[in-house]
Amino acid sequence: MIKKFKNFLAGIFLIFKNKKHIRLGIYGPPNAGKTRLANRICQDWLGEEMGKVSPIPHETREIQQKEKVTVNSNGKKLSFNLIDTPGIATRIDYEDFIKKGLEKREAQTRAKEATKGVIEAIKWLDNMDAVLVVLDSTKNPYDQVNITIIGNLAARNIPVLILGNKVDLKKANVKKIESAFPQYKVLGVSAEYGNNIEQFYKELFKLVR
Amino acid sequence: MPLTIQYVPFEEVSDLDSERKIQKLIRIVKQNKLVLMEGVLTTQEEADLIEETMESIDNKFKGVEITSFNPLEKNTKLIQDRVKQLFLQMIWGRRRGLTIIGPANIVREIRKDPNRIQLFLSNRK
Repeated sequence: MIKKFKNFLAGIFLIFKNKKHIRLGIYGPPNAGKTRLANRICQDWLGEEMGKVSPIPHETREIQQKEKVTVNSNGKKLSFNLIDTPGIATRIDYEDFIKKGLEKREAQTRAKEATKGVIEAIKWLDNMDAVLVVLDSTKNPYDQVNITIIGNLAARNIPVLILGNKVDLKKANVKKIESAFPQYKVLGVSAEYGNNIEQFYKELFKLVR
Repeated sequence: MPLTIQYVPFEEVSDLDSERKIQKLIRIVKQNKLVLMEGVLTTQEEADLIEETMESIDNKFKGVEITSFNPLEKNTKLIQDRVKQLFLQMIWGRRRGLTIIGPANIVREIRKDPNRIQLFLSNRK
């Protein structure tokens, strides 16, 4: 009986030992600063960037992943696979890309790839262990895309940390995000300039504990 | 050119499964009409609607603008309020509230605050 119990415990230990790294997803609408944040994390802990950033929306059109990112904070270590996702949108108009300076064919290709990216990002929701929802703190947080993303994560019981990005800008309003999503921890950060990033790493430990 | 608003009563979609419900809504929107649906979608249906929209996008159909207003889903930290919401949700189902879905080529932007929804339309000839 004792032997069986020991085997049972050993089995459980083995499951946890073999459990792959936590999958930490980055979600949000286009141009909120998801890849900028992923780059900040990867630069800080891997010394390399994850992806290209651009003022033209939908720069990230495929899932990007960095494995075994290890964060140290207050003498504790946290390892995870970081997954940067394409921005989720309900509309994609190639003419918007033309207005941003792209050629027609390039704009159409970008639009097509962006639609696929949105679908991929939604499908990946089920693969996440925890998610950072990155919102642009200068924009209205009551956008349906934000509500849909956070609602879907809640329905899947996936832990969420909301980051109000771009707090370095004058128009930033993190309080408005807090009012929109009072059930969640909201942290204002600037992925570009590093404002509040140390606090962000501390919150990361609470998110995936 | 006038903008047509098509009202979709709860009874018209309540018996449909999620896939058919979403296809119906997108079909109306693709006719350049604004959908005013009684009730709200589930979070999964909202995600499915986005997926279906993305699959439908081409050079003519640019996607949708969507918002919903559900008086039963007020964001709150208070446990008693959330229990009350759950109770009312059980009685009313997803009938309470409104969902607005418009074609992106007509509805340029929807701005929503807790008590107000504003639709900004593109210039139409």
